[in-house]
Amino acid sequence: MNRRAWVRQIMGMPISIHIRARDVDSPALAHGVEAALDLVYEADRLFSTYHHNSEVSRIRRGELDPGQSDPLVQQVILACHRARELTQGAFTDQLPAADGVLGFDPTGLVKGWAADRAASRLAELPGASYCLNAGGDVVVGGTAGEAGDGPGAPWRVGIEDPRDRSRIAEVVELHHGGVATSGNAARGAHLYDPATGTFVERTGSVTVVGPSLMWADVWATALFVGPESLRDVFAEVADGYRVISL
Amino acid sequence: MRRIVFAVMSTITAVVLLFSYHTSTNSAFVASSPAGQLPASPGSASPPRSSNKSGSATSKPGASGTYTGNAADTRWGPVQVRITVQGGKITASGAVQYPQNNGRDAQINGFALPVLNQEVLQQQSASIDTVSGATVTSDGYLQSLQSAIDQVHL
Repeated sequence: MNRRAWVRQIMGMPISIHIRARDVDSPALAHGVEAALDLVYEADRLFSTYHHNSEVSRIRRGELDPGQSDPLVQQVILACHRARELTQGAFTDQLPAADGVLGFDPTGLVKGWAADRAASRLAELPGASYCLNAGGDVVVGGTAGEAGDGPGAPWRVGIEDPRDRSRIAEVVELHHGGVATSGNAARGAHLYDPATGTFVERTGSVTVVGPSLMWADVWATALFVGPESLRDVFAEVADGYRVISL
Repeated sequence: MRRIVFAVMSTITAVVLLFSYHTSTNSAFVASSPAGQLPASPGSASPPRSSNKSGSATSKPGASGTYTGNAADTRWGPVQVRITVQGGKITASGAVQYPQNNGRDAQINGFALPVLNQEVLQQQSASIDTVSGATVTSDGYLQSLQSAIDQVHL
């Protein structure tokens, strides 16, 4: 079984797609990967807080009524509401801008959402299994070990040691689903705790594994910034998800 | 196969240029490189030439052999790297040529090359396909383990 990788820098982060298939050089495969990457580019255009004219930027400036926004944006807004409810407020789409003022910023959810969406496109590739890594969050699928018809081996996802990023602390084997890790190891305190209104300074990391990368990522962030008691909520409501704390 | 060589070369060039890791300063790697075969100084290094390979490599997947990359010019002088591939995976890497002119060079060699070597070997010992970790930005990508894994399969 052969393997091939594609890497792009989108949304300010590296997006790596690895495909295992008998013929990794087929034009159909390359076309499918490009189509999946196009979905990530589309998400960047709609949701980036760095692009002046993205729908999210226009919503933030009050120029666009969320109710009139692109259906994809509305879909994300709904998901943000749901995430806020489920995590009892530990996840938020209201983040401080550079001036400290809170504003609509669904970035924390969009990454997983866009990666899941791209993965759905990759899942359509016949006889191929895929692994998409978006800046450290991973979604895999298509292996024969699960519903797909691709190669049988699961993907082995290494979980970075938050205290020494050149080391792998754990390995998760996965046929289908997402692995998301939240922590400060890569870029310092950047995870916002809506309960205290501050960026969380703690060390270590929280990894969540489950069917959807978007929800794995929402929970990884919520459990990293939220109170210890949120772990009980997680165990109760996040069916099919598990947590690895390092 | 040349793609692997060039890819690894570019990784290592990037590492040498950009690395600012805080990790181990042990010099086991440099000590174990074939110092006797190193050019006397970077100044005497031969200009970039084609890669040499030995081994039975015929295709990317499952390839085996030892590969020596072209010398890459960096700000501090030429860097040339050799990797050993078994079954399509890097099992060892080492520099056959690197800048040694001054303290800054020594620092680069002391940090970047050993760290890269450890990373590659640790990645292989765990046989992982990808890395999940705290969010990596585009700026940090070249220093990431994921970047090294990607380069092998590009």
